[in-house]
Amino acid sequence: MEKIILPDIKDLHLIDIYIQHGGFAAAKKAFTKTTDDIIDEVKKSGLRGRGGAAFLAGLKWSFMPKSTDKPKYLCINGDESEPGSFKDRQIFEYNPHQLIEGILITAYAIQAKIVYIYIRGEYHKWIKLMQKALDDAYARGFIGEKMKETFGTDFSCEVYIHKGAGAYICGEESSLMNSLEGQRGYPRVKPPFPAQNGLWGNPTTINNVETITNVPPIINKGWEWFSKIGEPRHPGTLLFGVSGHVNKPGVYELPTGTLLTDIIYKYAGGVPGDKKILCVIPGGSSMPPLRGDQLEGVKMDAESLKNAGSAIGTGGVIVMDEDTDLVKVLARIAHFYHHESCGQCTPCREGTGWLEKILKRLVKGEGSSSDLDLLISVATNIEGNTICALGEAAAWPVRFMVTRFRDYFEERVSKEVSLSVKNKVHSMRNTSIPLAPVTR
Amino acid sequence: MEFKFNEENQNKLNTIISHYPVKKAAVMGALWLAQEQSGWISGEVMKEVANQLEMTLEEVLGVVTFYTMYNQKPMGKFHLQVCTNVSCMLRGGALIFDHIKLKLGIDDMHVTDDKMFSLEEVECMGSCGTAPMIAINEDYFENLNISEVDNILESLKNKN
Ligand SMILES: Cc1cc2nc3c(=O)[nH]c(=O)nc-3n(C[C@H](O)[C@H](O)[C@H](O)COP(=O)(O)O)c2cc1C
Ligand code: SF4
Ligand code: FES
Repeated sequence: MEKIILPDIKDLHLIDIYIQHGGFAAAKKAFTKTTDDIIDEVKKSGLRGRGGAAFLAGLKWSFMPKSTDKPKYLCINGDESEPGSFKDRQIFEYNPHQLIEGILITAYAIQAKIVYIYIRGEYHKWIKLMQKALDDAYARGFIGEKMKETFGTDFSCEVYIHKGAGAYICGEESSLMNSLEGQRGYPRVKPPFPAQNGLWGNPTTINNVETITNVPPIINKGWEWFSKIGEPRHPGTLLFGVSGHVNKPGVYELPTGTLLTDIIYKYAGGVPGDKKILCVIPGGSSMPPLRGDQLEGVKMDAESLKNAGSAIGTGGVIVMDEDTDLVKVLARIAHFYHHESCGQCTPCREGTGWLEKILKRLVKGEGSSSDLDLLISVATNIEGNTICALGEAAAWPVRFMVTRFRDYFEERVSKEVSLSVKNKVHSMRNTSIPLAPVTR
Repeated sequence: MEFKFNEENQNKLNTIISHYPVKKAAVMGALWLAQEQSGWISGEVMKEVANQLEMTLEEVLGVVTFYTMYNQKPMGKFHLQVCTNVSCMLRGGALIFDHIKLKLGIDDMHVTDDKMFSLEEVECMGSCGTAPMIAINEDYFENLNISEVDNILESLKNKN
């Protein structure tokens, strides 16, 4: 299988090596095309956002108004704070120039003269690596005024890194914009959408790091090539981050539509001690958890996961073995969302607090069966009643975990001991697909 | 004590300001520089940042308190950030946090008497695939177990 985002090329993070392997040819090609052609190409490729919502990238770009005198902005979302997600940092470290090239093409397509890469503050090291890559690209005349000469185009843009400072909510696109503007990172009420009213009231596009890193190969090899990789309705590869109870946790670049069980058993080496799986969260901690016996046949792409009762999110696969205390896990998840709620909307601010409080009670063995109904009711009351999707992100894990593991939770409510529902868990399996080389 | 950016940081700040159409957008960058220079964000820092970026003190305070990474009090020379979120928890992150708490005899967000260490329980740091992890100041230490944590703490003690 061909790797598009993290190919096995030594020292690809160095600009010379990147150029040796055809780097910046896609940008050169793009600047000979019209902006409409590029948007069209990306639209037809079927590239969908890798930041969580899987929205069509080309379609998003086409929302940017054409006839306007206002400055336009592109924001690259590298906040990467969803528990279970650690993929964008691989791009900063191993293939930053492909991200830069994708940025140039995207900025040209939407005619953004200024680009901000918003990177979470904890990523000090990766911010430095990314800044080094930007400095090198500037020095070669690939960014800034000089790019006009380098690429023989009349377009130019500047690219800056904006360092976050520890706030999960700033990954939400409108919060990210407020944070960047120097306000508190409160999400904005939508509409208006960023394409109309983004940074400082100007048209703005926000895309995830991995999304934009897909753009150069699409321009190089064409939309048809891309659209044939993986699952047609959600084509391409994904950087699956596998964590928790697996033998070889890490990031695996695989085509969309890869079986979840293959990711866990073939690539991530299965579960330590050959234990059975109790629960898997397939797309980062905000996504609905699946039971061990729901995993068979589940393909990892947006549409298949929707049908399986979860969502692709960021592709962060968290695996929990049969001995995991799910109540503790869920209490920890609830603590996270309570901590990260920005507090603007009452249902989210109060609801996340309630969820945490009830779950902590359950951990202590002081809960009752009615608490389980209460959890579901509180979660349901958050969903759909908030400004941003953190509400759903907090509610989904609780509602789905309690519903899907009701028997487990019922047994667990009044006892401190950790129980496992052995008859319901997924059994060990072997797949016939040969093992592909492992990404770093 | 009055706070002023040193020359190097003032130059850096001027560059950051030039990246945005509005001065205020440089506030996060300014606070980062100030924290690098003096270790935490004091009232004097906020005054200076507000002054330079033509913001009110309340606006700067609002930003400082919104984020977890701006220290609102001096922290230890080595600020230990232990992730206890799900992926780390599944691989022993919470145990590491409890271990450090006991070993240093301090609670979350506290500093040891000798000002050497401070401890913070943090949310997912993006190291779930190399869990459990701790960050010390700006550096990540991954794939840890208790004895490795002990080794790291020992080596830091000896650094002084
Ligand atoms: C609470 C919350 C946190 C989010 N965090 C991130 C993040 O860290 N990185 C990211 O790319 N998108 C994140 N998103 C999604 C963004 O709002 C946005 O949809 C995405 O950046 C768009 O890029 P894409 O279309 O390329 O996926 C988050 C959304 C919510 C509601
Ligand atoms: S849903 Fe929660 S995080 Fe989002 S705006 Fe409302 S209070 Fe803030
Ligand atoms: S859960 Fe600890 S780094 Fe992600």
